[in-house]
Amino acid sequence: MQSNIEENKSDYEHPLRDFWVGFSANKGALIGLAFILFFVFLAVFAPLLSPHSPSELQENALRLPPSFYEGGNASFFFGTDDVGRDLLSRLIYGARISMGVGFLVVFLSASVGTLLGLMAGYFGGKVDWLIMRFVDILMAFPSILLAIVVVSVMGPGLFNAIVAVAIVACPSFIRIVRASAMEERKKQYVMASKTFGASSFRIMFSEILPNCMAPLIVQISLGFSDGILNVAALGFLGLGAQAPTPEWGIMLADARAFISSDPWLVTLPGLCILFVVLGFNLLGDGLRDTLDPRLKK
Amino acid sequence: MSLLKVQELKKHYALKGLLNSKAMVKALDGVSFEVKKKQTLAIVGESGCGKSTLAKTLMGLEEETSGQVFFEGVDSKALKGKSLYQTIQMIFQDPYNSLNPRKTAWKIIAEPLLINQKVSQKEAYERACQLMEKVGLRPEMANRYPHMFSGGQRQRLGIARALILNPKILICDEPISALDVSIQAQVLNLLVELQDQLDLTYLFISHDLNVVKHIADTVLVMYLGKVVEYGRREQIFENPQHPYTRALLEASPNIFEPEKEHNPLAGEPPSPLNPPQGCAFHERCPQATERCKSESPDLQERSSRMVSCFNLGS
Repeated sequence: MQSNIEENKSDYEHPLRDFWVGFSANKGALIGLAFILFFVFLAVFAPLLSPHSPSELQENALRLPPSFYEGGNASFFFGTDDVGRDLLSRLIYGARISMGVGFLVVFLSASVGTLLGLMAGYFGGKVDWLIMRFVDILMAFPSILLAIVVVSVMGPGLFNAIVAVAIVACPSFIRIVRASAMEERKKQYVMASKTFGASSFRIMFSEILPNCMAPLIVQISLGFSDGILNVAALGFLGLGAQAPTPEWGIMLADARAFISSDPWLVTLPGLCILFVVLGFNLLGDGLRDTLDPRLKK
Repeated sequence: MSLLKVQELKKHYALKGLLNSKAMVKALDGVSFEVKKKQTLAIVGESGCGKSTLAKTLMGLEEETSGQVFFEGVDSKALKGKSLYQTIQMIFQDPYNSLNPRKTAWKIIAEPLLINQKVSQKEAYERACQLMEKVGLRPEMANRYPHMFSGGQRQRLGIARALILNPKILICDEPISALDVSIQAQVLNLLVELQDQLDLTYLFISHDLNVVKHIADTVLVMYLGKVVEYGRREQIFENPQHPYTRALLEASPNIFEPEKEHNPLAGEPPSPLNPPQGCAFHERCPQATERCKSESPDLQERSSRMVSCFNLGS
């Protein structure tokens, strides 16, 4: 208690410092952040960390088990896949692709979705009608089917797959932001800011948006995992990342045939996806707890 | 010259109904009054009588249907924008709802300044701290969020925000009705002090007649978008003329006459969608005559105040 009072006496506290005090008290969030930082580290320093090139074929070392198993080879720590590529190197390079994919999908879908959702929620009326009918149309398609349609129009490839998945992910952002914006718009502080001449733009982004952040942040963390999974699914169908690319989803798909004979080929990329997704979810929860002052102690 | 002069202000809302597409809600139907500098005009009436619509229309949040508003003789239409915000500001009823929960106290207070004037963040922060002191909050609390303040403190924040542009007129829309009784007196006293210090003019919207009696110089009684009685406080409270004003005063609790008998008004105010013919009050008026059912009375000067009633004798 004493320290609290002391803190309040300080004249001007930087908001980031305040944020870190709350955030670091949340163990789950720190673990999530650690996972994410670990994979970001792998992604950034992939060429230095990986022992082999991810596309180098070892003709005499097909489907080697991890080195700590019987028959393993010390130079292939996690073993090799069905065409003799070092699994560890591919997993490390895969972090690059998955993190990039997740980031791009979330960046595209969240920025477009937030803008449209804010406009729909704040202006209401015809703007809302138009945006929500667009959302209804998008939601009427199964998401992967819609992504396939978009990719077939634009042509296959990793970047096109990212754009397609981002379009598919938009409606959830629009809906979440719109629902919160409609809630906030009715509150008197919005009317108050009109009484001293705040512009619609300012009200939307400075007054309403910060109050919609809690659900938006959770959706962003889910968006990462959804994005990674959907792009992987497109890759599996031959519409996303193309074959030699070390993408975890493709690695999973390619190794499906060996799930009983060489289970590590499926397990390891699967674990990577699991930890990345878990990391983002833990981080999202922690951010929500910290960023919402109403949940603060 | 009066600081604020309102002439025949009307605000009608068109309703899009299925059957009667021309339905009109006459939220304000010809309201006129003046307020002099440093005076307090109390606007009194039941809920739904148009008090809040009046506040919103004066603030420029709603476009008036007809009528004129003059600030120091200047038509409010010529004032739209910055000079309007610097003339008139507003305090809201609900201190929990009217402050953005994601902003710190000083940001909330400084926001009108940052929007309307070119000031640096630091200047704005300092101005906000000065105002916090003025409204009785410690400036050390500048970095707290609204949820860390009590109801009364939050209302003080709202007052500080309304004052930062140095307005001449403050509309107080039931500023204390959401507070505890003990806090009500503090906030009320603060408002009175600020009026003295800063030469403020108040439009005090309230349904609490005891508060009105304490703070008002003139009183405007509204019923269904119309002014029924308008005059000096002493006149209205000591010698109410309109039957509606009398009913309001009788219904207001009074510790000196706890057992007093009174005949409460029957029924509810009629729907503004479908106002009765003639005098809007005749359905509930104990003195209504045939004339009241067909003709609507105009405001007339009587016993040194304005009243709209036919049955006041001579």
